[in-house]
Formats: sequence, C-alpha cells, structure tokens
Amino acid sequence: MSANASPRTAAGFDVARIRRDFPILSERAYGKPLVYLDNAATSQKPRAVIDALVRYYTTENANVHRGVHLLSERSTASYEDARRTIQTFLNAGSVREIVFTRGTTEGINLVAQSWGRANVGAGDEILISALEHHSNIVPWQMLAEEKHAILRVAPIDDRGDVILEEYEKLLGPRTKIVSLAFVSNALGTVNPIERMIEMAHGHGAVTLIDAAQAAPHLRIDVEALNCDFLAFSGHKLFGPTGIGVLYGKACLLEEMPPWQGGGDMIRSVTFEKTLYNDLPYKFEAGTPHIAGAVGLGVAIDYVTGVGLDEIGAYEQELLLYGTERLSRIAGLRLVGTARHKAAVLSFVLDGIHPHDVATILDRRGIAIRAGHHCAQPVMERYGLAATSRASLAFYNTKEEIDALAAGIEAVKEVFH
Amino acid sequence: MSSELTDLYQQVIVDHAKRPRNFRVLSGANRKVDGYNPLCGDKVTIYVQVEDGVVRDISFQGSGCAISTASASLLTEALKGKTLEDAEALFESFHELVTGLQPAHDEPGLGKLAAFSGVCDYPTRVKCATLAWHALHAALEGDKPAVSTEEPGG
Repeated sequence: MSANASPRTAAGFDVARIRRDFPILSERAYGKPLVYLDNAATSQKPRAVIDALVRYYTTENANVHRGVHLLSERSTASYEDARRTIQTFLNAGSVREIVFTRGTTEGINLVAQSWGRANVGAGDEILISALEHHSNIVPWQMLAEEKHAILRVAPIDDRGDVILEEYEKLLGPRTKIVSLAFVSNALGTVNPIERMIEMAHGHGAVTLIDAAQAAPHLRIDVEALNCDFLAFSGHKLFGPTGIGVLYGKACLLEEMPPWQGGGDMIRSVTFEKTLYNDLPYKFEAGTPHIAGAVGLGVAIDYVTGVGLDEIGAYEQELLLYGTERLSRIAGLRLVGTARHKAAVLSFVLDGIHPHDVATILDRRGIAIRAGHHCAQPVMERYGLAATSRASLAFYNTKEEIDALAAGIEAVKEVFH
Repeated sequence: MSSELTDLYQQVIVDHAKRPRNFRVLSGANRKVDGYNPLCGDKVTIYVQVEDGVVRDISFQGSGCAISTASASLLTEALKGKTLEDAEALFESFHELVTGLQPAHDEPGLGKLAAFSGVCDYPTRVKCATLAWHALHAALEGDKPAVSTEEPGG
C-alpha cells in the first residue's frame, strides 16, 4: 500500500494479519494469486468458522430441543448461544425475535407468505424500490397476484439513489408493507433506510429490510432503525451457506400464522388440533441447520472482534481508492455512484461485454461477477444487459484493486 | 495476453465480435428463431431464408458477449448456400468441437469455425458459443413458428 494514497489507513487495521485468518485467500487460481472480488455474491470464511463446523460435528452433533442426552444438550446450547450472539449483533430486544432461516430469500418469503397473506388484501399496495434483488421482488409479485394487491416501485435516479420525493408519493393509506434493500447488491447504494422506515411508518405501513448486503459492511441496530422485519444471510457475513436470520418485532411475529408446518414448531399435535410453539420456534419447522447457526455465531464473533467500525472505515478507504483507480481507465464507466455506497464497483467497458471481461480477469486469478446480479430491473434502468462487478470485503487490499485495474487494461488489449 | 486467452479470443473471433457480419433483419426470411440465455442475458435472433432445401440467405441480430456474437456471425458466413443436411452436420461438428469431443484438426470441414476450439477449456462459455447454433437448429427443424415474408423482421 503506498503511503501517499492512503494517508488515513486506520492504524491497527492489519489487513495482512486478517488475510491469514482466511485460508482460501492463499489459494492460487491458474497459478496466480487469487484475487477474490466477488464478495457480494458470497464471502470467504475465516478459519474460526471452518473450525467451528468441524468442532460441532466432531464433538456436539445431535438434534436440538429433543433429546435428554448429553450431545443434544450441547448442540441445543450451541444453537441457542448463536441466537443470542445474533440478538446482540442486531441489538434486538429479545431472542424470541430471532428466527433462523436458510437465508435472506427465505426470510422475505416467510414474511410475504405469513404476514402478507394474513394482512394484504385486494387493492392493497406493496412498495419496493427499483434497486431490489429478485428475492425482494418475486415474493411480493407472488403475493400480489394471489391477493390481487398492487406492487409499486419507487424509482432511482441516474446515480443509483432512490428518489425520496417519489418514494414518499407512493406511500399511502393502502400501503400495507414496504420492503427495501438496505444496500443495493448491484450498485452498492446505501439507502437512507432509517428515514425511509420512518416515512413508511408515517403512513401506517409495516417495513421489511433486506440487509443481505448491509450486514457485512454496516452496523445494524434494529431498535434504532425501528424496522418491523429485517433479513440477512450468513454466507455473505463470512458464515456458512444455508443459514440466515429473520428479525421480526415480537408483537408482529406473535400475531402471524406459522409458515411451514412440521416438527419443532408445535407444542402439541393431535389429529383434531395442533398447538403451535412459542417464538421463535413457531417459525422453525423441521431440524434446522444447527451447524450453520453455530458457524454464523462464530462469524459474527469474528467480525465484531475485528471491529465493525474499523471494517467500515477500511472498506470506505478501499472504495475511494477503487473508485479513483477505475475512473482513470479510459472507456470505463462506473454504474452506481450514489452519495453513500458500500464497497461495490459495478462498471461497463466501451464495446466489451462483461462476460468477456470476467473470463479474461479470471485467467489472471481475479474473480469478479459479470451479469445482471439477480437485479434485472436495475440493469434495465441503465439500459444495460449486464455489468461487471467487483465487490470488496475487509480482507481485500489496494494491491488487489491495482491488479484489477491492470487486468482491465489487459482486457482492453484483447479487444483493441 | 497469455497463450490460453489467445486460444479463446482468437483474432477471427475478436474481429467478428467487433464487426459482426450479416448483422441485420432478413426481409426475405421464412424461418426465424430467437435464442436467449437467461443466465447471462445474451439474446440472438437467427433469420433464415430456406428454398429447395438450401439456405439461400441467413442473418442475425442480438446482443451478447464476444463469443456469442462472433459465433453467430461466423455461423451466418458458414451456412450461406449450404443444404439443410450440410447445415445439420456442421451443427453437430461445431457442437463436438466446443464441448471438446472432437479436436479441430479432425473436422476439416469447420473452416473458420475452428477458431472456437479454445472454448472447450472454458466450460462456462460453451453456452455462449452454442446459443446461435441452437437457435439455428430450431429454425431448420421448423418446430418453431416460421415468419412469413409479409412480416419483415417478425
């Protein structure tokens, strides 16, 4: 890292040491050092998380909330410890408000299917933004179709910011629920989510926050945000795949019907009548991904150990460096230049398709994403079929951004 | 550029990607099929004018990466004037080439299409190379609605 380029490098943020915690970062790709810049798709896992999975399966594995034997007690304790870790991480009022899911997508579907089907009727409105990932569009389309409700979409401007005046105009007495990305996966836009939640509440709407891209980058405080629901995924937060969290205000979760039926979500079952379990178990039918939950708890301990504010400051420094570095490349246009961004660099190159960019970078050991990023309406907004996207994590370095920039120049060489 | 990449992005491919041939709507087309790769968003429309079992004229339109654009462009060059049997045979040979079943030198009939021999080392890009060919195959099979000459461009 050159000293003049990074006068504000946070003292004590030792990225070299952090990188040693992530075994995969020392892998080589086609004989070259791996430069992993696809963190918005999924993040890499620190040794602590990998070890936790091994430890769980080696010394604790049993089903939870069932057995009277030692292993079941251990696995239940670990599983519920993870829930408490998440409660603290989100600053939620109670562990009853922390529901384990498969990921953000399942969390959103749970709310759409349980809360939505019970509360949204014909002519009611559901409001999302033009920034959403498909997982925060399709569940609402399904609900709207079933209930003859109307899906409204708040537009974004050329920079990738939601136009707040338009957003406010779309809020009305029929708006039942507002579901918004905290951070855009395709563009990196950080929405002024607290204000948007307040505006939605002003019209009596319930709010759901898709925090899939926010959790790895920002401090999330559900009490301060005052959101009604919030969903995120473990695998983007340096935890295992297949585990996620839905936070919901207890008063709302209590009133909601169960989503999936099965074991663990019941208090008693007869063929005549089933009594449902208390929160959060009412929404956790079947054997959960216990090891995943344990791993996620450890991942959260890891990032809080590094320091959420330190991570945020370092990533902003990387983003600034990357933005300046890529902006200097002739023929490159950054897509998404919102006022407040997470460390995502989405771009297009004149006359060169993103897939060719990604293939050529890949052979140089650089992993980026090319495509529509599961956000086709965002691409459409910019008249693009696809972009190339480099998404950063706190283990990335300025040298890796330099490698990306050199790789892009090499791409241009191929098509000169 | 590494030799591996030169294998994929051969000069003829880059040339056809930047300056695609027969890139237009074919007003006399009696077969037309859209090809779409929902995974990457590549789109191609193949227009064919078939008369007496012969490809009299052929063109394409669409948007996609260098591999899919060049593949469609070279396809139109290779197919013009070919019989339907020859076209099907070429489709088979091309498919074997890009999936690595057959090395290029075993298929002398491929001509310029041999430039796609590097694709088999890039499994994620095979669909890019074959998109236009699958559209063509459907057009020649005629199992999709054909466009009448009264509706130029469909």
